[in-house]
Amino acid sequence: MTADTKSMSCEEFQSQLAELIGSGVDVSNDPHLKSCPLCRELLNDLQTIADAAHEFFANQQPANELWKKIELAIKDEESIAKPK
Amino acid sequence: MTQHSYLISTLIDTVDKRKRMPRPKSQKQTPEALSTAPVPEVESAVQLSEPAVALAPPPLSPEAEILARAQAGDHNAFSHLYSLHKRRIYSLCLRMVSNVAEAEDLTQEAFLQLHRKIATFRGDSAFSTWLHRLSINVVLMHLRKKGLPLMSLDEAMEPSYDDGPGRSFGAPDLSLTGSIDRLALERAVAALPAGYRLIFVLHDVEGFEHNEIAAMLDCSVGNSKSQLHKARLKLRDALRISLRKGGKR
Repeated sequence: MTADTKSMSCEEFQSQLAELIGSGVDVSNDPHLKSCPLCRELLNDLQTIADAAHEFFANQQPANELWKKIELAIKDEESIAKPK
Repeated sequence: MTQHSYLISTLIDTVDKRKRMPRPKSQKQTPEALSTAPVPEVESAVQLSEPAVALAPPPLSPEAEILARAQAGDHNAFSHLYSLHKRRIYSLCLRMVSNVAEAEDLTQEAFLQLHRKIATFRGDSAFSTWLHRLSINVVLMHLRKKGLPLMSLDEAMEPSYDDGPGRSFGAPDLSLTGSIDRLALERAVAALPAGYRLIFVLHDVEGFEHNEIAAMLDCSVGNSKSQLHKARLKLRDALRISLRKGGKR
């Protein structure tokens, strides 16, 4: 990002946040954030939400029996497709 | 154009190979290791120790080899693919429908469709991207059949002016740091419009990059960034309301 964010209003800064965050740059050192607790808190909250979502939801596994069900369904489909 | 045809018509995409796609470890695969029982999910990247031979075609990675065998109808290889991808497909389904039984049904349907269509995978995109695209289609068709209020992907990709989450221009009040509990977040995610929810899950839960999501949903990278940001802002609003009601601060 090349714009001078220090002189931006919160509204202007926040309108660029999606692109700033999405581009992967380290937004935490942005000049606007250093002087704006409100936008700092917003950014912290968004990061907290992303971290929590990954922590809570990323490692959920289906039941072990699911593969057996899929296997049976595949065999059923194959037996219909290729009747003896 | 319907959602179904919208997704199917753009099934083959050109996204780069996934950087974080789980790959099998470089261990020798014995016949036992590729039995019909699903193998444990593995995460680390493969290190090929053999020196490259001049003019020889590059060896297939273990996953590419498994994929090729599955495409040729090898049942054990298909079971291996299931083990490699089940967690992410199930997570996607579970977050989209918020119900364990339905999520397992959808995971089953996604892998059945994979079994039917795997021979058509041409390798133009990463396999994981292709599989997710197929699974997203299964989920969206399910939501549509249930008659749930569903924002179509087309709608989700359009900028919305009347439904945007609030920005933060007032005085700071509630910080979410250290305050988010799992149940509150589950509810807030479940309450998101389907289009926002989908992008949030793909990016923040599953760890896909915006270029990969754009390829899956046939939208621009900018749209993916924008919709993710709106989803997070909506979640923030919902969680702050939940926090106030819960009196946790």
